[in-house]
Amino acid sequence: MTATVAISLSVNGELVEASVLPRLNLADFLREHLKLTGTHLGCEHGVCGACTVRVNGDIVRSCLMLAVQTDNAKVETIEGLSDSGEIADLQSAFRERNALQCGFCTPGMLMAAQDLLQQSPTPDREQIREHLSGNYCRCTGYQAIVDAVETTARARTGRLP
Amino acid sequence: MKASAFDYARASSVANALELLTAHGERARVLAGGQSLLPAMNLRLVTPDLIVDIGGLDDLRGVAVNGDVLTIGALTRHTDLLKSPEIAAHAPLLRDAVARVAHPAIRNRGTIGGNLAQADPASELPACMLALGATIIARGPDGERRIAADEFFAGIYETALTPQELLVAVELPVQPTDSTHYFHEFARRHGDYAIVGLAAQALVRDGRFADLRLGFFAVGDRPLLAKSAGELIDVAVTPAVLSAVSSALDEELSPLGDQQATPAMRRHLAKVLLTRCVSSLLARTDLCAGVSA
Ligand SMILES: Cc1cc2nc3c(=O)[nH]c(=O)nc-3n(C[C@H](O)[C@H](O)[C@H](O)COP(=O)(O)OP(=O)(O)OC[C@H]3O[C@@H](n4cnc5c(N)ncnc54)[C@H](O)[C@@H]3O)c2cc1C
Ligand code: FES
Ligand code: FES
Repeated sequence: MTATVAISLSVNGELVEASVLPRLNLADFLREHLKLTGTHLGCEHGVCGACTVRVNGDIVRSCLMLAVQTDNAKVETIEGLSDSGEIADLQSAFRERNALQCGFCTPGMLMAAQDLLQQSPTPDREQIREHLSGNYCRCTGYQAIVDAVETTARARTGRLP
Repeated sequence: MKASAFDYARASSVANALELLTAHGERARVLAGGQSLLPAMNLRLVTPDLIVDIGGLDDLRGVAVNGDVLTIGALTRHTDLLKSPEIAAHAPLLRDAVARVAHPAIRNRGTIGGNLAQADPASELPACMLALGATIIARGPDGERRIAADEFFAGIYETALTPQELLVAVELPVQPTDSTHYFHEFARRHGDYAIVGLAAQALVRDGRFADLRLGFFAVGDRPLLAKSAGELIDVAVTPAVLSAVSSALDEELSPLGDQQATPAMRRHLAKVLLTRCVSSLLARTDLCAGVSA
């Protein structure tokens, strides 16, 4: 039997203290311990991108990070980005452009898209595709997703759609 | 699937990590970025009893230039390599290659040390190490060892490292300012492992190669520094010369078949890359005529 490890981290701005088994991954910690079920699990080996969250400002796969590795870290999930209004425009562009169907991939797509827009405010479609290439959409709404990200980029930089 | 149970130790220093590895040997595994280890553990392909997390050892992270040597710490992440002005200036081949390693969220965690220790034959960076003439620095219970890149990769997921050793850094010679490079891979999707790829570093003087190092990947059980490239050095390259080198390259290859490609397809693609690389480095479109893929 392995021992639990005490961790202390910030999740969406709130201090969280917990005692976890080393094998618990960050995605399961968020979903099952903190009931933050916006972070989705598809493949559990890094391929689909549904579990993308931000750790210390960088997007990561939460299925490929152990909860114990987030001791002292700042974790932000889709709930945090959504509640703070940080991606309100991106979310409404996803709705307007029909960029979400079942919505399973959407949290990961929004995380990855927001990351791109923070790094390069005026990406072309090729750059958008490249940045989202690690995120699968099983409803295959890729064209509409690229449209939504492009529209948001234009609106944020004051260019017409 | 989920990983099976294991114990976890956060290494407080390189010395501490080495103590843990010496004490636990093959039952322990080093955790760097986790981008290869955790998928393997989630699939239960690997079931270590102890994870030694070296992620917090900040002194193993970073790029430094000292005279004509570029030193890259083992924990330097793919994203750091992409953003590093030193890499862009002194080893631009590596920069081009890293852009093709996985996807942004994975590049934010994956490290160069983990990538080289993983030794995936389809991985970009091991082939770059061959083309750039890298030295891998390992530390173990008996001190430090320097291993030439072409002796480091020993097979599929196999390297010269022992389970008690830590890869601590990579040293690359600073590339001369007039050297050139070529990087290309065939992959199903941007960020996927290559079907076949080529990382090349060259010196071209008066329309001839003064030096040419061709690092092929996904063409065998480990990256290949093509010996046949020697035939292109210091000669006037003609279609006939290139065709002879292409046949010689074919002899050197021992590609594996998988869901992505047959060995024959890999052989074909490697030769296509050779031709494109040579014609691009020499700026000779005439050499590329008739090559398709
Ligand atoms: C979806 C997906 C796609 C990917 N695509 C690519 C790709 O196209 N090309 C590519 O090259 N890679 C790819 N990768 C792998 C990725 O690049 C990893 O970052 C890298 O191979 C491993 O680095 P890491 O730091 O995450 O190592 P870890 O996963 O932490 O470790 C990998 C192995 O190396 C050992 N190790 C780690 N660090 C050290 C050290 N300092 N000393 C000794 N042993 C050590 C570990 O014990 C383990 O056995 C992909 C991964 C995923 C999940
Ligand atoms: S669940 Fe993490 S990438 Fe698929
Ligand atoms: S909307 Fe269904 S998976 Fe993308």
